[in-house]
Amino acid sequence: MSLKIVVLAKQVPDTHNVGKDAMTAEGTINRSALPAIFNPEDLNALEQALRLKDAFPGSTVTILTMGPGRAADVIREGLYRGADNGYLLTDRAFAGADTLATSYALATAIRKIGDYDIIIGGRQAIDGDTAQVGPQVAQKLGLSQVTYAEEILKVENKNITIKRHIDGGVETVVAPLPILITINSSAAPCRPRNARLVMKYKRALGVQEKSALGDQLPYAELYDQRPYLNLAEWSVADVDGDLQQCGLNGSPTKVKAVRNIVFQAKESKTLNGSESDVESLIVELLDNKIIG
Amino acid sequence: MSNFYTDTPELKHHLNHPLMKRIVELKERNFADKDNFDFAPVDFDDAMDSYDKVLTIIGDLCENVISQNAKDIDDEGPHCANGRVEYASGTKANIDACRKAGLMGIDMPRRLGGLNFPVTPYIIAADIVSRADAAFENLWGLQDCAETIYEFANEEQKQRYIPRICEGETMSMDLTEPDAGSDLQAVMLKASFDEANNCWRLNGVKRFITNGDSDIHLVLARSEEGTTDGRGLSMFIYDKRDGGVTVRRIEDKMGIHGSPTCELVYKNAKCELCGERKLGLIKYVMALMNGARLGIAAQSVGISQAAYNEALAYAKDRKQFGREIISFLAVDEMLSLMKAKLEASRCLLYETARMVDVYKTLDDISKERKLTPEERQEQKTYSKLADSLTPLAKGMGSEYANQNAYDCIQIHGGSGFMRDYTCERLYRDARITSIYEGTTQLQVVAAIRYVTNGSYLNQIKTFEAATVAPEFETLKQRVAAMTEKYAESVAKVEEVKNQCYLDFCARHLVEMAGHIIMSHLLLQSATSDADLFGKTVNVYVRYAEAEVQKNSRFVLNLSLEDVELYRH
Repeated sequence: MSLKIVVLAKQVPDTHNVGKDAMTAEGTINRSALPAIFNPEDLNALEQALRLKDAFPGSTVTILTMGPGRAADVIREGLYRGADNGYLLTDRAFAGADTLATSYALATAIRKIGDYDIIIGGRQAIDGDTAQVGPQVAQKLGLSQVTYAEEILKVENKNITIKRHIDGGVETVVAPLPILITINSSAAPCRPRNARLVMKYKRALGVQEKSALGDQLPYAELYDQRPYLNLAEWSVADVDGDLQQCGLNGSPTKVKAVRNIVFQAKESKTLNGSESDVESLIVELLDNKIIG
Repeated sequence: MSNFYTDTPELKHHLNHPLMKRIVELKERNFADKDNFDFAPVDFDDAMDSYDKVLTIIGDLCENVISQNAKDIDDEGPHCANGRVEYASGTKANIDACRKAGLMGIDMPRRLGGLNFPVTPYIIAADIVSRADAAFENLWGLQDCAETIYEFANEEQKQRYIPRICEGETMSMDLTEPDAGSDLQAVMLKASFDEANNCWRLNGVKRFITNGDSDIHLVLARSEEGTTDGRGLSMFIYDKRDGGVTVRRIEDKMGIHGSPTCELVYKNAKCELCGERKLGLIKYVMALMNGARLGIAAQSVGISQAAYNEALAYAKDRKQFGREIISFLAVDEMLSLMKAKLEASRCLLYETARMVDVYKTLDDISKERKLTPEERQEQKTYSKLADSLTPLAKGMGSEYANQNAYDCIQIHGGSGFMRDYTCERLYRDARITSIYEGTTQLQVVAAIRYVTNGSYLNQIKTFEAATVAPEFETLKQRVAAMTEKYAESVAKVEEVKNQCYLDFCARHLVEMAGHIIMSHLLLQSATSDADLFGKTVNVYVRYAEAEVQKNSRFVLNLSLEDVELYRH
């Protein structure tokens, strides 16, 4: 049995390493001050996909991402770790998308890829933290979905067995293929980049990256000899998308205002570490249901 | 996110040495692999870029996986049960990560599943893996044994074993026995030919075998009945899949806990001959040993780097008398010397690696076609240089690693004596580097012939002929003065014409040569990058100058009769 797997991945600002320039004066993210990274839970999802590929030789893993030209980084990163190919959804008309418009765009692209068995992505992205895109894609494609997945235990007879991370424990569920799965950060970390694959794909470029280099493109002749160095980009038209449902047009979410919040301690309490202090702190935290 | 390769710019400096152009050209045979392998380079720049990118992967693994697991592995260690070794859990995770990253069989040819990297980038990798965890370097570095199979086994054996090693199967070299340590001629493990099954069988015991429960073993055994010396020994390949070898116990060591050191029992173990009979010790082990010694030199430099980093971080953080202890010159001097010894031994390590690269690649090419007379000359020159530099790099590098680990604890003060800080592990791990794969004393035995035949002096004269940046001219003159002292001491010893006297003075002479050669190498590095090496070369030459002075004074004042004072 071989599986056709699509990994949904997003390039996000590295919000785990936030410096003082992370926010603009207007309270929006200063993307230029933050390094762009592969969304961490999407890496967990990629690992699950690659494990399936290891277990079922002949399976393919395709990276699907949406973003500006430089988001081709996400596809390269996927290729370095074992993915077979990737598509970058990129078009001005995709810009400014909320989760609804994003899931629309991804769903149309997945239809275009076709014949998929498993769509898998991280639970949520660290820039928006909505956890909505995966479930919305499933809904649009009419697929079953398993969220908060931690590990894919087995695939047989067109059924998949998945361990989910839930409050207070784990749950094992069985679902039919095709399916959409979102992966929790408690899942296994992604494998490292592979030396051979890095050497193979290090010059892979998206269409926009390539044209930006123009005559300066090093090793230009290689791109004809080695087709895999050309990363595919799809526009709205390429995926037969409806412009009204893409990007800002397709996004009912309107941001009214963004405020920069500075946390200030209104009251503070000093404990000296005595037995009674510790005891009263425990009682207080229990009462407030902060610990339980 | 930090990275053990990119955070140490000295590594890239050594990778980018001008001689790499020649090395890559030879290693890649005019980039012939580019049409057959999608990861093969198309030209020199492409190859260098690939080394850099792969080393970045290794640097990332070292920072985020291997160094993170080091303490737990040191505490847990491997276990022996039912005749097998069970690695510490962190060790398993490290091996798994290296396999997935495709970092096994790095210097094997692509047709056998390797990356076809030259020795130099491989040694950079060994340097940073050792910095992350010296014990793990032992396991990872044993992939080097593949070299012996590649060089000496037949084609069918290469095809059968090398791809497995590149896939991540582990190796060991089973040489030492209870009564055969430094003196391998005394090896007694018996190899006998089983006529009925048309194969060789091994019977006996080996001791102190690093990673003794590996998948593929190289075994030195006595194949010629009735012999007692090195000429009766042959090399065998034992495949764990065939069975017959069990682990009797794992040694309880002072350091490198993560690396299982095993006592092995061979009971009629099926094996196959590697290369020709009787050449086991005199040819194959000697080749294997040179590779292994270069590996230990890299391990030593890695430990030196770790010790320096730990000491520097602590000295910047720790406050006494109201200020950071690094601001006390007594502490700062130690740190500067640590750095100087680290970079000096690193220069020597990579100089040696490059020499090995040129001659080994030419060796390999000579199996495909006849070398031109120029190439044969080149092969000979670099082979001699490599042979002369290897014992210096191993001997002095491992002594520096020990000194740096000692100073690292000293800078930590009382805290360094507790088991809470990394420095105590480094101290224990460093200790073996000057012992295994030939003690420092045996490195002196290997090196002294290059003192007496003038090889070191010739190399030094070649260095003297090279130009250095004007700002380092004065230093160069000081090194020239050191060389005079060295030559004077060598002349004195030769004048005495007594083997015993020469043996006794050997350590001093070899050390002097080492100090001078490392000084020159640092001068060259500083000439190409003064920001990176300017201060270090100044510190090192001043240190080396005092050491040469000390050694030469000792030799010049020593009479033949004095040697008797040192006898028990």
